[in-house]
Amino acid sequence: MTALTLAKAITLGLRRSLEADDRVVLLGEDIGKLGGVFRVTDGLQADFGVRRVIDAPLAESAIVGTAVGLAFRGFRPVCEIQFDGFIYPGFDQIVAQVAKLHYRTAGAVRMPITIRVPFGGGIGAVEHHSESPEAYFTHTSGLRVVSCSNPQDAYAMVRQAIASDDPVLFFEPKRRYWATGEVDEEAVAPPLGSARVVRQGADVTLVAYGPLVATALDAALAAVEDGISVEVVDLRSLSPVDFDTVEASVRATGRLVVVHEAQHFGGLGAEVASTITERCFFHLEAPPVRVTGFDTPYPAAKLERHFLPDLDRILDAVDRVMGRANSLSALEVTA
Amino acid sequence: MLRSLDQLDPSTPMSAPGSLLQLLSPDGRRVPDPELEPWVADVDPAALAALYDDLSVIRRLDVEATALQRQGELGLWPPLLGQEAAQVGSARALRADDFVFTSYRENGVAYCRGVSIAQLLPVWRGTALSGWNPYDVGMATPAVIIGAQTLHATGYALGCAIEGVDSAAVAYFGDGATSQGDVSEAMVFAASFAAPVVFFCQNNHWAISEPVGLQATRPIADRAPAFGIPSMRVDGNDVLAVMAATRIALERARRGGGPTFIEAVTYRMGPHTTSDDPGRYVDPDEKAEWAAKDPIDRLERHLDDLGLLTDGLRRSVQRSTDAAAAELRRACLALPDPAALSVFDHVYAEPHSGLDRQRAEYSAYLDLFDGSDS
Repeated sequence: MTALTLAKAITLGLRRSLEADDRVVLLGEDIGKLGGVFRVTDGLQADFGVRRVIDAPLAESAIVGTAVGLAFRGFRPVCEIQFDGFIYPGFDQIVAQVAKLHYRTAGAVRMPITIRVPFGGGIGAVEHHSESPEAYFTHTSGLRVVSCSNPQDAYAMVRQAIASDDPVLFFEPKRRYWATGEVDEEAVAPPLGSARVVRQGADVTLVAYGPLVATALDAALAAVEDGISVEVVDLRSLSPVDFDTVEASVRATGRLVVVHEAQHFGGLGAEVASTITERCFFHLEAPPVRVTGFDTPYPAAKLERHFLPDLDRILDAVDRVMGRANSLSALEVTA
Repeated sequence: MLRSLDQLDPSTPMSAPGSLLQLLSPDGRRVPDPELEPWVADVDPAALAALYDDLSVIRRLDVEATALQRQGELGLWPPLLGQEAAQVGSARALRADDFVFTSYRENGVAYCRGVSIAQLLPVWRGTALSGWNPYDVGMATPAVIIGAQTLHATGYALGCAIEGVDSAAVAYFGDGATSQGDVSEAMVFAASFAAPVVFFCQNNHWAISEPVGLQATRPIADRAPAFGIPSMRVDGNDVLAVMAATRIALERARRGGGPTFIEAVTYRMGPHTTSDDPGRYVDPDEKAEWAAKDPIDRLERHLDDLGLLTDGLRRSVQRSTDAAAAELRRACLALPDPAALSVFDHVYAEPHSGLDRQRAEYSAYLDLFDGSDS
C-alpha cells in the first residue's frame, strides 16, 4: 500500500502496463520530456524510450488515427488527449474508425486502444479546458467509457482499460488529480464495467462518477444532519452502465438523484433516470432528479461555481425527492 | 539503381514540373528512362502477359459488377474503369508482408492482394460491412470516410518501424482526399517519424462531380515535398511506370528512408458510383482524350510490338476474364443474407452488459414470429 495522488496512481498504472506488455505504446502531445501537462506520464519516456512513449505532433485526429494503424499491427496504444475540449478534431477517427472497426471486420481486427482524457471543470481554466464530453462517446456503440474517482480505481482501471481488447475512453477527473489515497497494487479489482456502492444509505440513491463522487460523498455526510440517509453509487463505467447495481439500490431506497458536470439535455443522467424508471417504476417514491451543468457552453472561470453541481445543489435535489421544501417549492407557489 | 534512390529528396523531385514519369507511351512504345528502367528490368514476357491478364480480368470484373448493380443484385458499385494500371502496377509491386489501407474503389488492388472474387461483393450487396479478413491478404477493409485510412497506414508503418521489420504500408486515396485534414496530418506524422509508408494518390480527376482543379491549383505531387516527403508524378495509365515508381518508394521505406508520395495521374472513365450521373458534369471531349490513353490498349500495343500478343495469349486472357465474370455472378447470387441476431455480433470483443440485454430482448421478440425472420 502506498499513498499516491490520483495522477500518480495513473502514472503507476501506465508504468506497470508498459512493463507487463511490450505492445503497449503511449502517444500524445507533450507526454515525453515534459511528462504531460499534468505530469501523468512523468518519467515514462526516460524509462521506456522514445519508441514506446511518443511525443506526437499537434493533431488529435492523427494521434487517434495513428493508434488505429498501430492496433492493426497488434499494438495496444494509449493516447493522451491533452484536454477534454481538444478531443473534437479526433472525434471522426474515434467514432467512425476506433468504435466500428471490430464490428466492420466481424471481429477480425481488434482495437485495444485506450484514450485518456483529463475532463471536467473546477480549476479556473480558460475555454475548452473544463468540458465533460462523455455523452458523445457513451452514445457511440463499440466504445467503452469509464471514469475513475479515486487513486485506487485510477490505478486499477487504467490497467484494465489497457488490457481490454475493446477501445476504452478513460475520463480522468482533472480537479481530483491531486487527491491522495492508498493504492494497493495487489488488490483484486472489480470488473471494469461495474459500479460500486461507496456509501450505504436507506432513503436516497445518489449516482455520481468522476469528479463529483467526492462531492456526492460530502453531500451524503451533510444530509445526515437533516436525518436523511443517502446511498452513494460511483458509476465508474459509463458504457456499459452497471444498471443492476443502481437498480438494486433504488429498489431499496425508492429515490434517485443523478449528478454530473456535463450538460443536462441528453446527458448520461437522462439515460440513468429513464432506464431506472423503466426497471423499477413501482419502487419509486418520487420522480428521479438530475443535478447537472446547465445547457450552456462551459462558462468563464468566474462563473463555473454556478455551472458546476456542488454540495448545496445536490442537497436541494435530495430535498426534492424526499418531498421536503426545496428551491422549486417557491416557483410552484407562485405558479 | 541506388543512385536514383538517393536522389529522391524533396529538393530534387524525380519528375520535372508538369511532366509525368512514363515507360509506355499511349501508343505502346517504350519510353527510355534510365532512372525507372532498372526497377522493372525483371518484367519479362511472362510477367508482361501476367500484367495483361490482371488488367483484363479486373476490367471485366468491374464491368460485370456494374451490370449486376443495374440488374438489382448489388446495391451499389464504384467502377474503377480506366484506373486498372494504377491499381495493378502498384499492388503487384508489393510483398505479401506489406499492408495496404485503401478507399472503396480499389477492387483491383484487392484482386491483386488475393481477395477472392466472392469476397469483393458482400459490402456492395449489403450482406456484410467487410468482405474479407484483413490479415489474410494484408489489406484493410476499405475506408469509406475519405482520407481516414492514410492515418491508419501511417500508424501501421510506425508499428513496423518500432518492431524493426522491413515491411511497409501503402495508403491508397484519391485526389479528393488530398483536401482532407487527415491526409495532411498523415504526411506530418509519417515525415516526423520517418514511417515506412507509401502515399499512393490516384488522381482520377474527379471527386464525384468536383474536378481536381477544385482540390488543388498545382500538381498534387508538389504538395508532399513541403512536408519533407519526396514525391513522384507518374503516368497512372502506364502499368510499368507505376510499378517502377512504387518499387522505388517501397525500397526507400524498407531502407529506413521514410515516406514517399506518388501521384498516379489517371482518369475515372465511369461514374463515381452506379448512383452517379457524370453526364451532368464530364466534358465528352476530355473523356475522349483519356480514352485514347487507355491502360489496357497501351499494354496490348506494346505486347503486339514485341510480338507477344499471340492467339494463345488472347485465348488465355479470354478464358480468365470469362471465368472471372462467371464466378462474380455465381458468387453474388449465392451470398446468403445474414441472420437477424448477427446484428449484435462483434460490436465488442468482450461481453457488454447493455448490449447483451438488448440481444436477449430482441431474441425474445423474434421468437413471437416462430423464428421466421431469425
